[in-house]
Amino acid sequence: MLDATLTPPRLPAAPGVGYKAQHFNALRDDPGPVKWIEVHAENYMGDGGRPHAQLRALRDQFSVSVHGVGLSIGGEQPLDQDHLTRLAHLLDWLEPASFSEHLAWSTHGAEFLDDLLPLPYTDATLARVAEHIDQVQTRLGRRLLLENPSSYLAFSQSTWSETDFLAELVRRTGCGLLLDVNNVFISATNLDYTPQGYVDAYPIDAVGEIHVGGHDHDHDDQGAPLLIDSHGRKTAEPVWDLLRHTLQRTGPAPVLVEWDNDVPEWPILQAEAERAALALQSATAGS
Amino acid sequence: MSGVQSQFRAALLDPERSVPEGLVGADGQPTEKRFAVYRNNVTVALTEALRSAFPVLEKLLGDENFASLARLYARAHPPRTPMMMHYGVDMPEFLAAFQPLAHIGYLPDVAHLELAMRRAYHAGDVAPFDAERLSQITPDRLMASTLRLAPAVQLVPSQWPLFDIWRYNMQAGADKPRAIAQPVLVARRLFDPAPFPLTTAQAAWVAATQDGNTLAGAQDAAASIDPDFDLTPLLTLLLQQGCIADITTPKD
Repeated sequence: MLDATLTPPRLPAAPGVGYKAQHFNALRDDPGPVKWIEVHAENYMGDGGRPHAQLRALRDQFSVSVHGVGLSIGGEQPLDQDHLTRLAHLLDWLEPASFSEHLAWSTHGAEFLDDLLPLPYTDATLARVAEHIDQVQTRLGRRLLLENPSSYLAFSQSTWSETDFLAELVRRTGCGLLLDVNNVFISATNLDYTPQGYVDAYPIDAVGEIHVGGHDHDHDDQGAPLLIDSHGRKTAEPVWDLLRHTLQRTGPAPVLVEWDNDVPEWPILQAEAERAALALQSATAGS
Repeated sequence: MSGVQSQFRAALLDPERSVPEGLVGADGQPTEKRFAVYRNNVTVALTEALRSAFPVLEKLLGDENFASLARLYARAHPPRTPMMMHYGVDMPEFLAAFQPLAHIGYLPDVAHLELAMRRAYHAGDVAPFDAERLSQITPDRLMASTLRLAPAVQLVPSQWPLFDIWRYNMQAGADKPRAIAQPVLVARRLFDPAPFPLTTAQAAWVAATQDGNTLAGAQDAAASIDPDFDLTPLLTLLLQQGCIADITTPKD
């Protein structure tokens, strides 16, 4: 188990944004309340060029969080050691304040399926995910923040609740957590539980970062609401409510606005960051 | 490999397959539509990755045809690594063997060019090369020297008017492609890769140089195609576009 005190999270308790290359100039000239950015690790695993040059410029002005989407920590098969090596190289030269990944799988056999796929929560999957997190933290020499998934369905064989599963992973590995409250709202709606109840049962002391973002509306075969994690629009009002509820428990924390599809002009994303700043202020005032 | 994820993966890329057992909605009942969200996510993600990798192919084929092609490609060639920036490397061979598009013979070369542009974009950086260094070397030693090209430099051989086809589809008002063989050099002066048309003799020179031949060796390779080969225009292009990383002169 990694000694978590060695590399405490250093992201500022302030708004951050998911970085998009088209915002490079606007973000640097007029960041508004944005104090940090998050990048998807896999987009910066080339050898150089504009992606690396932009990151080198941005890290002088902002704290950086590296967010992996390809490690397949929830996979049934062993971790991809080549990919771990690429990650280690990126973290080595970029020296980000934080590294996070997902409670999900995406690689099967030799195939990468480019989506965050769900896993059942059982004693067996718990042991395997804990082992994978241990390997990642040992290889990278730093604490990992693990993000809760957005769920569209459940596994009948699950014997653990997601919050207990995450709490036990924290206990066994010393990892931290990335609490995506948009994902909580989506999963709670889709699987019919209360999002506030999820947050109240969540191992809140392990939170090193919070995500908000937009989702789409659909319906399942029975006409029940089915929310889709699209990251393609503004964060919905009930998700802002859930963020404020969450911040009551965590106190000030790094809050990231995710917007990955139909990416808007900078002022619109900046306005979302302003809303996160307001939520953070009210949390500070209320605590 | 057996297990939940094998069943999940099999049903994910094949809509004819039934949803794996044990996947349920909030009411504990199996659910086709909820599983379809994952199916759709994967299809959309892979299609979008191919769309951004092959803008000229998409333009040549049209949105709908390209989307069909992308779905077929994704089922035949799912990504082999999380490095999605290089997804699509098998597209030239896939197109070459794809009967419905066999009548458009240049499509595989277009795919090669688009992959080369992507590789160039992510290639390693080099320090600027000072052209003065060339003039400080005596002609004899120069011909025995070896140029190292920048990692971003990509050569795309073609018997088709590949550069003209690219330009006709990417630049408004560009001339129609001529009936000539047109290998393409991809260069990246700072951050944005750009294609340049070469003669076949120039392409032979670049290929020989990339293979580690001396300037004399590269000259021979080009002259075997064009006895009157003159390096000057190509060397000017390579210097202007930051294609040269270094030169190694022979030890005395």
